[in-house]
Order: sequence, then C-alpha cells, then structure tokens
Amino acid sequence: MLRKIFLIGNPNVGKSVVFSRLTGVRVISSNYAGTTVDIMKGFLKSGEEEIEVIDLPGTYSIEPSSKAEEVAVSLLKGSPRDEFIVINIVDSTNLERNLFLTLQLIEEGLPVVVSLNMCDDAEHRGVNIDIEKLEQLLGVPVVATCAITGFGIKMLIDRFKEAKPVARNKLTHRELWQEIGDVIEQVQQLTHRHHTLRELLEDASVRPFSGMLMAIGVAFVSFQAVRFIGEWLIDNVSNPVFFKFYEPLLWKLSRYLGEESFIHHLLIGDLLDGKIDFQQSLGLLTTAPYIEFAMVLPYIVSFYLILGLLEDIGILPRLAMLMDNILHRLGLHGFAIIPVLLGLGCNVPGILATRNLESRRERFIAATLISIGVPCAALQAMIFGLLGKFSGFYVTGVYLVLFLVWLVLGVLLNRVLKGVSPELLVEIPPYRIPSFAILWHKLFLRIKGFLIEAIPVVMLGVLIVNILLYFRSFEQLSLIFAPVVKGIFGLPKESAIALIMGFFRKDVAVGMLMPLGLSIKQLFIACVLLAVSFPCVATFVIMFRELGWKDFLRSCAIMLMAMLAVGASLNFVLPH
Amino acid sequence: MKKINLVQMKEKQKGRIAGLPEGNALRNKLMSLGIYPGREVTKISHIGLRGPAAIKVGRSVLVIGHGMASKVIVEIQC
Repeated sequence: MLRKIFLIGNPNVGKSVVFSRLTGVRVISSNYAGTTVDIMKGFLKSGEEEIEVIDLPGTYSIEPSSKAEEVAVSLLKGSPRDEFIVINIVDSTNLERNLFLTLQLIEEGLPVVVSLNMCDDAEHRGVNIDIEKLEQLLGVPVVATCAITGFGIKMLIDRFKEAKPVARNKLTHRELWQEIGDVIEQVQQLTHRHHTLRELLEDASVRPFSGMLMAIGVAFVSFQAVRFIGEWLIDNVSNPVFFKFYEPLLWKLSRYLGEESFIHHLLIGDLLDGKIDFQQSLGLLTTAPYIEFAMVLPYIVSFYLILGLLEDIGILPRLAMLMDNILHRLGLHGFAIIPVLLGLGCNVPGILATRNLESRRERFIAATLISIGVPCAALQAMIFGLLGKFSGFYVTGVYLVLFLVWLVLGVLLNRVLKGVSPELLVEIPPYRIPSFAILWHKLFLRIKGFLIEAIPVVMLGVLIVNILLYFRSFEQLSLIFAPVVKGIFGLPKESAIALIMGFFRKDVAVGMLMPLGLSIKQLFIACVLLAVSFPCVATFVIMFRELGWKDFLRSCAIMLMAMLAVGASLNFVLPH
Repeated sequence: MKKINLVQMKEKQKGRIAGLPEGNALRNKLMSLGIYPGREVTKISHIGLRGPAAIKVGRSVLVIGHGMASKVIVEIQC
C-alpha cells in the first residue's frame, strides 16, 4: 500500500515547485517532534485515495551534516519500507553532482523514482541527457520534468508503481564518484553554446568587483521597490478603506457611545479637534488597526514579496559570499546574512532563522545583533514617516548609526566570546526564474505568521497606553525615568513613555513621539534608541525560547549597555 | 607538479584536489559536494580581505571560506 511519498533532492533543484505541482493547495507546514525544522506536508489525490507527500529539506547526501538533514534522513529511515516511495528530484543542468545522492538512495534499498527536473533549462545550457540509458544504468524509473510549466508531472505519477528497491553494492565515496563519472560519460552530452546573458551575469556575480556592484544595484532596486509597493498599497488600498469605509462607521459608533464615556475612550480614543485621528486617538478600534493594517502591513507585504523574489532567483547565496569577510569578523559566516535580511522585515522570523546556524555561539551573536542593530519593517516605516518629513539625510543617518552599532558590537562580541568563527561552505546556484505560485504561497504563509504574531501585541499595547492615558498615570511613570531620559539622552521626560511603549510595538512607540514636539536632534536620538533598545515583546519571547534564559539575560544586558552607550554618545556628539 | 592551496591558486587556474582538511564530518560534506582527491577544479575568484574562494567543480560553483580554503590542497602544473 502506497501511503507516503518523500521528496528528496539537493538544495535549489526546484523541489518545492514539484511539491506544489503534486499537492495543490492543502499544505501544512509542521514541526517534527523534538526538532525545530519545518517540514511541508501535502496530499496527492490518486483515485479515491489520498497519499501524503512530504517535502524533505534539501540535502547533498544521506550522511546528515546539519539538523535539517538529520530530520530528513531519520524520517526516511524510520518509515515502514513497503508503504512509501522516494521521489529524488535531480537538477538536469548539474546531473553529476546530483547523482551522488541518487546513488546513495538506491544503495540504501529505497524505492526511488528520479525526476529529472529543469529539463528545459538543461536544453538551453546545451546539456543533453540520454534518459533511457540513465534509467538502464540506475535501474530505477527516470522521468524528465519541468515543474515550472508542469511538464512531465503526470508521467511521474504514472510511474510511481514501478518504484522498487534495487540491489546495489555499497560503495565508498571515492568509488561512488568513480561510478558517477562512468555514468555521466555514457548518458550526458554537452554541446558548446555561446554564453547566454544569464550565464554571463552568473559569472560576473561571483567576482569581487562586478559582484559587489551587482549586489549594491540589487540592494538599491529592492529597497526602492519595497518603498514603492508599500506606498502604493497605502495610497490605493489601506487608506481608502480606512477613510472612506471605516471612518464613517466609527463616527456612528462614536456618536452612539458619547464622547465622554470610558468605553468611547477605550474603543475610539480621544477626538482631536472633534475628529478621529487614526494615528493619535489611541483607541482599540482606531489607532490599533490603523497602525497594523494601514502603516505596517503594506510594507511587510512588499518586503516579503521582494525578499521571496530574491530568494527564488538565487541572489542570497551570492550575497552570503560577498558578505563573508565582514561577517567572519563578527563571529559568523556569510550565510548569517539571511537571518539579518529576514530581520529587516520582522525580527521574529529573523531570530527564528538563526536556528540554521551551526554553533550556539553563532546563534547568540546573530540573535543579539539582530535585536539591536536590525530595525524591523514596522519600525523603518515609522522612521520614514517621522524623519523623512524633514529630510532623507536623517533617515540615512539612522541606518548608518545602526549599521555602525551592529558592526562594532559584533566585533566586540567576537573578541570577547570564546570560540572561533565558522567557515562558509556553500553552493552558488544558477539564476532561476521564480515560480509565481511558490512566491505567492510563501508570501501568504509569511504574512499569516506576521499577523498572528503582531495583532494581539498591538492590541494589548494600545490598550495599555489607552488606560494609562485615561487614568493619567503617565506623569508618574515618566518621572521615574526622567533622570536617564533627560540627563543622558537629552530627551523630554514624556518620551520615556514612548521608549517603554517600544517594548510592545516599535511602530506604536514612534507614533507616540509625534505629538511631543521634539526637535530634530531629539527625534533622531529617539528613533535610534527605539531601534537599539529592547526589541518588541514578540521578539523577546522568541529570543527567550531560542537562547535559553542564561543567554537571554546576557543578551538583555548587552542591549541595555548598547542603548545607554549609543544614546549618550549621540546626545554628546550631535550638534543641536 | 606543485602543491598549493585554494587561496594561493590564481583566477582561471586549474588543479587537482590533493588534500582535504581534517575532520570526518567536514570531509564527508566536501565529498558530497564533489570535492574529493583527484577531482579537477578551476578557481573562479577570491573575495579580498580574507574573504572566501569560489571554485568550479564540474558544473557547480562552490564558495569556501578563507580558513577552510587554505586547507584544501591542490596539485597544479607548473
């Protein structure tokens, strides 16, 4: 009885595209017991029955070298043999390297079907594979597929029943490569083609000078695109919805409740000049949803859209290569750029992504640096709104200060903490054309994750501020922190509240700075402090879970010191 | 014939792998990526300031951190 299908293959071979072709929409991402590795599951309808399809993390061999690979291998070895088959997805533009895993799977006696994917790309690159011959040499079914267009998927399904264990001697690694060399000799023909533009770009992207230029170009365009799409969404989607449809409804509610009642204060907030001000009224139905959906969500959507695009084209490993020398000095290696990039969207997924780093030391450094030096999209959006009004110069300044803090702190941590920086070892994949279905699906999952994480915290944050405002408790709170805030940071004592609020939501906190009438220097310092000081409570919870309480407390101490040092020096150095 | 490491190789230079760094897990990983003794590799580039080396192995491009690259030995024609 066929109950399960495992998809396995090297990284970057289009595995997830095959997965989505096989399963359609009902996809579950789940954590396997005792691990933190996300594995996607879906179902394939075959007549009356549903077969479970499991997308294993990409791996180069069945000797696991990371936690994700360990999970993949233990799942494979742990399932009853007669109930599953393995689809080995192979990149036909790079058959040789992919066959190492294929032969290991066959040697293990697993029932394998090979999906020779990206066959159209192979053709473009002048790679010709004799499929019948390959099938004969491997002894298992081989099907040419092009998952992006859907070509060959039906054929692949038709041949599931032919998957059977094949007797094959176990070879050493050296012998395996020897064998692969023989197979390649017989099945693969390379025709010389002129280099396509894509190949020229691939080549240029791994050279120091041209690679750096391209990276800067990509970073610039991405940044502009995120802003442009975000602003477009705000002007054309969220603002019209809030002002045209939502506000009239709120007015009815406001009149019904009466301006003086507590419940009005709670839900609608204060009316400014007799009007609802979505940014400053601080009601549960006004400011809370407005910040979340109209100011932050549009940027989150555009950020993850662009990031997903960069991921699927294959830009990130190239960035990892270029950033390796800097990151190495921070006790990390090039691949730690990925948690940092994710953190620019929201620190929570950024810190979750540090799981993929190898050592405890790396995870500690990476998580601490993200929480201090990497502003999330919500905070960035608000900083743009607040400082951008004066000049782009100040906004650039905030980024520059944060980058410096990140760099200096990283170097210090690398010096102080025992242990060594790990070495980068990574494959640079060819540029790929992304699948829109996959992009869309990934975006959807990420947005969902963000909303689940953020909505309750924003609500709670606005609620707390609202109640404090009602009972006029802010005066007392701000008195306690006044010496530090005023004496060291040069900010008015009322801004202490905003800094405390930053613990709940950075975006709400920046919003609270608006009515205080700060000077540009004070605004600048406050923005930097909000970024550098404690991350929001959601990030806090995640850090606690990921680092354990000892490292968590250490990280908090570093945050406090960084905040004091940065705030004091900015106050001292900057002219009025 | 001369033995040098990946860092010392020049751009576009070809060589055969003659020695891998210590450590079983690391060796297995390199092996599974196609870096095994006797394999021909071509150096593509090197990022400055002790950055990583990029090499071509078969049809793959691999990037190896500076420290590790200096422990991968290749044999080159003089």
